[in-house]
Amino acid sequence: MSDASKSNALRADLRADKRKRRRARADMRFKWYGLTALGLAMLFLVFFFVDIISKGLPAFQQAEILVQVSYSESVKSNYNRAVDKRYRKLISRSWLRTIPMQLEEHPDMIGTTAEQWVLADYRVDQFLKGHEGHKLKKKYQKLVRQLQEEGKVRLAFNSGFFSNGDSKLPENAGILASAVGSVLVLLLTMLFAVPVGVMTAIYLEEFAPDNRFTQLIEVNINNLAAIPSILYGLLGLAIFINFMGVPRSSALAGGLTLALMTLPIIIIATRAALRAVPESIREAAYGLGASSLQTVWHHVLPLAMPGILTGSIIGLAQAMGETAPLLIVGMMAYIPEAPHSILAATTVLPAQVYTWSGESIRAFEERTAAGIMVLLAVLLSLNALAIRLRNRSEQTW
Amino acid sequence: MKKMIFAAAAMLIAANAAQARDQIHIVGSSTVYPFSSYVAEELGATTKFKTPVVESTGSGGGMKLFCAGTGMDTPDFTNASRRMKAKEFKKCQKNGVREITEIVVGYDGIALAQSRHAKPLNLTRKEIMLAVAAEVPNKAGDGLIKNPYHYWDEINPKLPHRKITFYGPPTSSGTRDAFEDMILKHNTKHMSVYTNLYKADPKKNKKYKKYHEIRQDGVYVPSGENDNLIVKKLAKDSQALGIFGYSYLEENSDSIAAATVEGIAPSPETVQDGSYKLSRSLYFYIKKSHIGKVPGMMEYARLFTSEQMIGDDGACAEIGLIPLPKSMRDHYRAQLAHLTNLTADDFKKK
Repeated sequence: MSDASKSNALRADLRADKRKRRRARADMRFKWYGLTALGLAMLFLVFFFVDIISKGLPAFQQAEILVQVSYSESVKSNYNRAVDKRYRKLISRSWLRTIPMQLEEHPDMIGTTAEQWVLADYRVDQFLKGHEGHKLKKKYQKLVRQLQEEGKVRLAFNSGFFSNGDSKLPENAGILASAVGSVLVLLLTMLFAVPVGVMTAIYLEEFAPDNRFTQLIEVNINNLAAIPSILYGLLGLAIFINFMGVPRSSALAGGLTLALMTLPIIIIATRAALRAVPESIREAAYGLGASSLQTVWHHVLPLAMPGILTGSIIGLAQAMGETAPLLIVGMMAYIPEAPHSILAATTVLPAQVYTWSGESIRAFEERTAAGIMVLLAVLLSLNALAIRLRNRSEQTW
Repeated sequence: MKKMIFAAAAMLIAANAAQARDQIHIVGSSTVYPFSSYVAEELGATTKFKTPVVESTGSGGGMKLFCAGTGMDTPDFTNASRRMKAKEFKKCQKNGVREITEIVVGYDGIALAQSRHAKPLNLTRKEIMLAVAAEVPNKAGDGLIKNPYHYWDEINPKLPHRKITFYGPPTSSGTRDAFEDMILKHNTKHMSVYTNLYKADPKKNKKYKKYHEIRQDGVYVPSGENDNLIVKKLAKDSQALGIFGYSYLEENSDSIAAATVEGIAPSPETVQDGSYKLSRSLYFYIKKSHIGKVPGMMEYARLFTSEQMIGDDGACAEIGLIPLPKSMRDHYRAQLAHLTNLTADDFKKK
């Protein structure tokens, strides 16, 4: 070998070495990009959770005051007389104003007195929790401190948050009406969207011929899954409310509108689940003389079920957190009473969170965060259920 | 078969909806909404009537629903942060909503606010208009140019050298309409630089009759319907000014303060006597044909106009409504007692 060729080989070696190192570096960089992205995402998530939870946790406690309540006859005409004038401003009007009605229903209470824990005004509550901008007057601050020393003020578990509907008085505001509304709307959505979606998917996947028409339908379904949700609201307003006469703001209007929105998602998920069932199973069924209906009903559908359920749950979870289409059908409203029928005015959890976030009184801030926590908890458990079902469905054929 | 079931279901629902309602339905302005829903809650909590449903649709959206007809599926009340327009009244009449009673419940002040840490600022309506309009008169005053101002002292040398930034409501908002009316239209309709353009070609230059376009070069930042967001931005940016309802100013007085307009700071007193110029009346309208069919309508209206709600120390004042003077409150209470009809003549005055 000549010297020239030797040095050539050496150079090639060096070059290869350099290239190798460069590739290793690129590898390393790529890994770090990924890690940074992940870290950033985690950071946002942690920030979000810390922010929401630190703001929302105090809302699960509510200030109460121990006072002497006298249910005299004169209270019927002026509820302010039920308690000592000194404490009047510390007590929530949401409780005081119900006394006359209470007395009317239970006349035997008239003339009695009782020492009981009653809901405190939101200013007292915010003051006790040490929030800025509590707006409690100086003289009342002193009074509250004094009551605190006597053990006549406490922060108790806020059961009202779960047993009351919306209110303009922050201390009285709760999520009951909107939670019931959410359940009702979701049930209706499920009732409409799941059967229709699954049947559509079965037809398209198992029975429909592959021609221009079915291809057109398929493209449209995929397209529908991606359009902005507010358009479904407009569609719902036009079809269900204006044309079919479903009452505005009702659970039925909301459920149907959300069902429209969820349909494409369920169809796509169901088709994927059906496609994952191996052809051999269908062929075996046919080989044993089963009809198409029997094949689908007895063999394909049961195997595809977990996949269908996962898709449906994810679709429903999305519907649960949706507000935009519901705004159009009138569900973003002040509706403090839990609905008693599917035609009654109803609101939902995300709508409740939205209305609270816009309130001018600051005590609503913690309610907003607490509402988000409840919503997140429900969504998290729905998704956990979907994941469980997916894991169970992991079959190998 | 399926079609028949569908049709039957639709008919059933329609029949159900046409039946008498036992719950009042209120729509309209997002500015009146807090007060309206407060009264609704009070009615639900203290009487046997069901709590009315209050939907915040904006003044214009509310009028549209309200004037759609007299059927039981239309609302019983609509709230508005401006008066019903003659056009809307005509539409109401056309659709059979003939008898309407108009009630004013109080005032809403629009606050121009800044961070508490910023130096006090006093502006005139003209100065504000020059700061936010998309097109302003040039130096010679004989033509319009794209708004060149980025610092307040460019508009008036006496003002501080401070960057012009506004956080304000988006176009969908009633507050924005009111702001455009009281700041932009109020000035431009008397400024010949604008109106001459309109006179020269009324068709093409219609917008210059009462010019109210707000600049879109980032100086005026539309900040969503949520006024709490504007408050948070102001706390961080001490140069900026925010535009929002008076109740938010009051509730957040620890972090923001009002700028004065023509030397006057917003307060219940200055709004009532008219010296603070950025304020408007708040209305609600009663559909008379529904009274007696929907239980509780008169009770709701009476409660809304009661001293307990809209009086000087009323519950609505506590959450930001600026009360009417006593004589006006009595006037509207009488109007409610007689259920005075709104007539076409009412729109001719002014």
